[in-house]
Amino acid sequence: MGHVLLIAEQDGGKLRNATLNGLTFAREVAAKEGPASEVHVLVMGKGVSAAVEALRTHAVAKVLVADDPALEHYLGVPYAQVAAAAAKRAGASVVCASATAVGKDLLPRVAARLAAPMASDVVGVLATGRQYRRPMYAGNVLADIELEGEVVCVTVRTVAFAAAAPAEGGAGAGGPVENVPVELDAVAKRMRYVSFAATGGDRPELTEARIVVSGGRGMKSRENFTQYIEPLADAFGAAVGASRAAVDSGYAPNDWQVGQTGKVVAPELYIAVAISGAIQHLAGMSGSKVIVAVNKDPEAPIFQVADYGLVADAFKAVPELTEKVKAYRASQH
Amino acid sequence: MKILVPIKRVIDTEVRVKVRSDGRGVITDGMNWVVNPFDEIAVEESLRIKEKQGGDAGSEVVVVSVGPKDAAQQIRSALAMGADRGVLVEGADEDLDAGAVAQVLAKVVEREKPDLVVMGKQAPDGDANQVGQMLAELLGWPMATFASKVELQGAPASAARVTREVDGGLETIEVDLPAVITADLRLNEPRYASLPGIMKAKKKKIDEAKMADFGVQAKSRQKLLAMAAPPKRKAGAKVADVDDLLNKLRNEAKVI
Ligand SMILES: Cc1cc2nc3c(=O)[nH]c(=O)nc-3n(C[C@H](O)[C@H](O)[C@H](O)COP(=O)(O)OP(=O)(O)OC[C@H]3O[C@@H](n4cnc5c(N)ncnc54)[C@H](O)[C@@H]3O)c2cc1C
Ligand SMILES: Nc1ncnc2c1ncn2[C@@H]1O[C@H](COP(=O)(O)O)[C@@H](O)[C@H]1O
Repeated sequence: MGHVLLIAEQDGGKLRNATLNGLTFAREVAAKEGPASEVHVLVMGKGVSAAVEALRTHAVAKVLVADDPALEHYLGVPYAQVAAAAAKRAGASVVCASATAVGKDLLPRVAARLAAPMASDVVGVLATGRQYRRPMYAGNVLADIELEGEVVCVTVRTVAFAAAAPAEGGAGAGGPVENVPVELDAVAKRMRYVSFAATGGDRPELTEARIVVSGGRGMKSRENFTQYIEPLADAFGAAVGASRAAVDSGYAPNDWQVGQTGKVVAPELYIAVAISGAIQHLAGMSGSKVIVAVNKDPEAPIFQVADYGLVADAFKAVPELTEKVKAYRASQH
Repeated sequence: MKILVPIKRVIDTEVRVKVRSDGRGVITDGMNWVVNPFDEIAVEESLRIKEKQGGDAGSEVVVVSVGPKDAAQQIRSALAMGADRGVLVEGADEDLDAGAVAQVLAKVVEREKPDLVVMGKQAPDGDANQVGQMLAELLGWPMATFASKVELQGAPASAARVTREVDGGLETIEVDLPAVITADLRLNEPRYASLPGIMKAKKKKIDEAKMADFGVQAKSRQKLLAMAAPPKRKAGAKVADVDDLLNKLRNEAKVI
């Protein structure tokens, strides 16, 4: 069997942490593909040397690099063309990426280019490197599947795999760096980057945070979100999340949506405020270690999954909780 | 402007599906089937684009579904919203993975020659989020996935400016037509079918085809080994007040 190619993700030249969860998956698969199977990592972009160096602190057989002005911004067509060509050159039999917005956009296009079948959002590797466990139906079902093909593609649910730790030797532990050619056809010119509006803020990233505080439709306005949910998150040093209803209503930016079609999180502590607990929301947070729900309706379905349920009006309970958490954390220092 | 909208029928998204006792699938008996909510958004966007662009002779919105004969009902729902015509390509769900569906759709695109394909980003059954991207690649078209805003550029339209929901914020890209656009939840709010719309839909045409008509022999390369319900979280306890909650988080769960 061939090698495993992990497609890394970088942002402004910096390696995204999600790649390291993908690396753990790639290693598990390589181990099952056989002793000759190596993990190769592909970095694409413009000015990516920092990401390459970061990868080289990890034990990987090869770092493939496509550093080119045409790859300055992520765009599905050129990235898929470069990645598919690199996969062929590397003799990859499994091509994978973390299931981020980029990974979800890119991998199916790569799969089609390689005529490979694909599995999305994989949470476990089974008996062979081609057999995976993945959620379906908003996480109400766990399916064990096998992909049939010489080459297969996979996106990896990051919260299901621990981030890979750097190798003992540190910098330079990784194998050789190899440049891959960037050959694009005319289709690549038919899509162009225009602009990016960042959500901003310096809170921890939702998918990596130890604590997440999420608000729902019950918060009733963007102002209330800012006045109640965000201070509670900051008191905990937490990331902020939201239900789809809160995002749809404009209380929170799209980037904060947790759920089946938003982000999947699994923090140590998830606090859901004024969120009813629809299956699509649970799909994004039921892997959390401890769940707290604050809701004024004692019958809200969220209480069926919450370890600790507080039946209360959020507008009263949240300020009190915020103050007490602040006081507690101050006393710890 | 001719727009093709691939739609899939899915089990009502309000229902909590259950795994069959043999672990070979989910229980479908007595289930209510609906148009994938993302695909309804795609139909709505296509209708709005058509309305805005005005109608030249070939201007139409065509919906296509690959699936069992019963999927005609969901095509009919899209026609009731205002789509002009339907195509049903018969196929058994177990033979269809995203790659197979994309292959069939690529053939339908070759026959229908639309200027634009607008579809859902994800079907909330398999939750694959693959078909749109695969279809774009098979056609050699650019794509704009996870769209929350679509604006056509030029008259006649030659490109689309699309805002996409991505990690960290909103990205805007431009794609030349023809292109594939996949809809995210916030692209629009789909209209309800009106009574006259429903009546009219009864007379609209649904072409039936077989995969063999397109020379495709679809076969799923994603084999199902087993299905199971995920381990259940057990509900915890209600806490008395904020102090009780903090006390438990500190001393019982030890997470703060
Ligand atoms: C295809 C599809 C995909 C979807 N994807 C997602 C997804 O990714 N993520 C997601 O979250 N949803 C998703 N949804 C939507 C989901 O079905 C629910 O509609 C949504 O999660 C509801 O959000 P909510 O809990 O904030 O709002 P509601 O269900 O309206 O609940 C509001 C809650 O706030 C409580 N409340 C109100 N006022 C107060 C107060 N003062 N104090 C305390 N509590 C209060 C109420 O008791 C209620 O329980 C999806 C739906 C579909 C069909
Ligand atoms: N059997 C099908 N027939 C027509 N369109 C489909 C079918 N399956 C998926 N699609 C389209 O592809 C989108 C993404 O689906 P998926 O990749 O399966 O999550 C859906 O929203 C539909 O627009």
